Amino acid sequence: MKNSQETSSDTISEEKITSETLIEITNLKKSFGKLEVLKDISLKLRNGENLVVLGKSGSGKSVLIKCIVRLLNPDGGTISMLGKNVCSIKGNELSELRKKIGFLFQSGALYDSMTVKENLEFPLRRIKRGLNEQKIDKKVIEVLENVGLSDVLDKMPSQLSGGMRKRISLARSIILDPVIMLYDEPTTGLDPVTSDEISELINSVQKKYKTSSIIITHDIACVRLTADRIIMLHEGYVYAEGKLSEFEKSEDPLIMSFFK
Amino acid sequence: MKKLKILDIKKVQSLATARSIRLSEQTLDQKERANSFLKEVGDMSLFIKQIIKETFSRNFEFKEFLRQCYEIGNKSLSLIIIIGMIMGLVLTIQSRPAMVKFGAVTMLPGMVAVSIIREIGPIITALICAGKIGSGMGAELGSMKVTEQIDAMEVSATNPIRYLVVTRVLAATLMLPILVLFADAFGFLGSWIGVNIKGDVSLVLYIFRAFGSITFLDFFPALIKTFLFGAVIGIVGCYKGFTAGRGTESVGKAANAAVVLSSLLIIIVDMIAVQITDMWL
Repeated sequence: MKNSQETSSDTISEEKITSETLIEITNLKKSFGKLEVLKDISLKLRNGENLVVLGKSGSGKSVLIKCIVRLLNPDGGTISMLGKNVCSIKGNELSELRKKIGFLFQSGALYDSMTVKENLEFPLRRIKRGLNEQKIDKKVIEVLENVGLSDVLDKMPSQLSGGMRKRISLARSIILDPVIMLYDEPTTGLDPVTSDEISELINSVQKKYKTSSIIITHDIACVRLTADRIIMLHEGYVYAEGKLSEFEKSEDPLIMSFFK
Repeated sequence: MKKLKILDIKKVQSLATARSIRLSEQTLDQKERANSFLKEVGDMSLFIKQIIKETFSRNFEFKEFLRQCYEIGNKSLSLIIIIGMIMGLVLTIQSRPAMVKFGAVTMLPGMVAVSIIREIGPIITALICAGKIGSGMGAELGSMKVTEQIDAMEVSATNPIRYLVVTRVLAATLMLPILVLFADAFGFLGSWIGVNIKGDVSLVLYIFRAFGSITFLDFFPALIKTFLFGAVIGIVGCYKGFTAGRGTESVGKAANAAVVLSSLLIIIVDMIAVQITDMWL
């Protein structure tokens, strides 16, 4: 396991992005007024891996993931995704990049005024305009089966349980066959059994759709089930980076407070 | 004596310090308010610029636009009809004694018609719609913002301004004149009922007298300003919803602010429109 000094941003920025690196963040900074949330974050997402970003509430995990998709504009640093500089692109170029990303929101973010079917069709009808009704229906059923829910097509989001909402939201995220999946606290607010089911689902999506994922969480059960690699954020910096086994063996008090 | 003087000076000094602190606090507060007002004006101008840009872009969301026309038009129609009719009835009953005093009771339909067409129909309909449609837009988009639905739309490469805002603003702009026509028509009906409470005028005669007093120059400026009222309601409602904060409390605030600001702007636009009409016609 490396601490923040060893994973210095200089080392990362010197390496060129290869096809093995899908996202590379260098010296990322983000403040809200006088509050510095991200002070200096550097990390890489490698092809095919599940990277878990761990940290206390308020450590800037969600801000980080929102900077990656440019829902928030970083104040400094660079974010390279699939060879493009996320911070400098806009308009159609940004839209094209976003089509390759699936984003599971903490709240699910299903459109309240639409049925489950309409929610799933929404990105398909706008992004893949050439698809006919048959192909759209086939794709909707396929993703619903992949998340283990095929009988809720005509239900409204308000009629679904928390776990079902997360599954439908996940189905909507994968309907465009993304290359990268970003999960913002996927198990928050769920019971332990449903949390484990969602974590398993994250793994099955990774295998089936060959995605690489960044999973933002502070749920250790989810970390244990999904993490290939872990990065811990603390006070706006990368505090530690390593594999699950390394974190579990760590003697560091902050890391121990999560894992012991 | 000396001691007393020193005490007095200290007292005056402390009072002066407290006063200067209070003054500087007030100045800072006023500066902050002025800054936030200017920021709001700037943000809204940028929002309008984005709406205009997206209105003329490709892939117009026609289906959503029709849905919004239905939501705004059809669902407000019954309320507008009832209020329009009562408005015409009350205006006639209230005006009748004055007209009788001047021996001009036969001019009552014409007077009421001009009032309804020029001012009362458009302004009452716009204010009702500001309450019903504007607050609905503010609350709906505000709750979408709070629950990250707008973010979800943006991340899935769909432009939320194009899908959510342009459709609503255009629907409000186009539906408001239609609602005003209904309000005017049922205002005439209410007025006819009002005339017949103490008189006996056939509907055909009433319409003949009412329309005999209206010219194209009464109707046209009023029609133009209703488009502007609709745009104001749509833009303000969507802007307040779109810029709502993150907590659930901000949904209520967005709805409330949408009604207050759009009502105020409707009155201001009306005042300007009346001045322009008065200058040119």
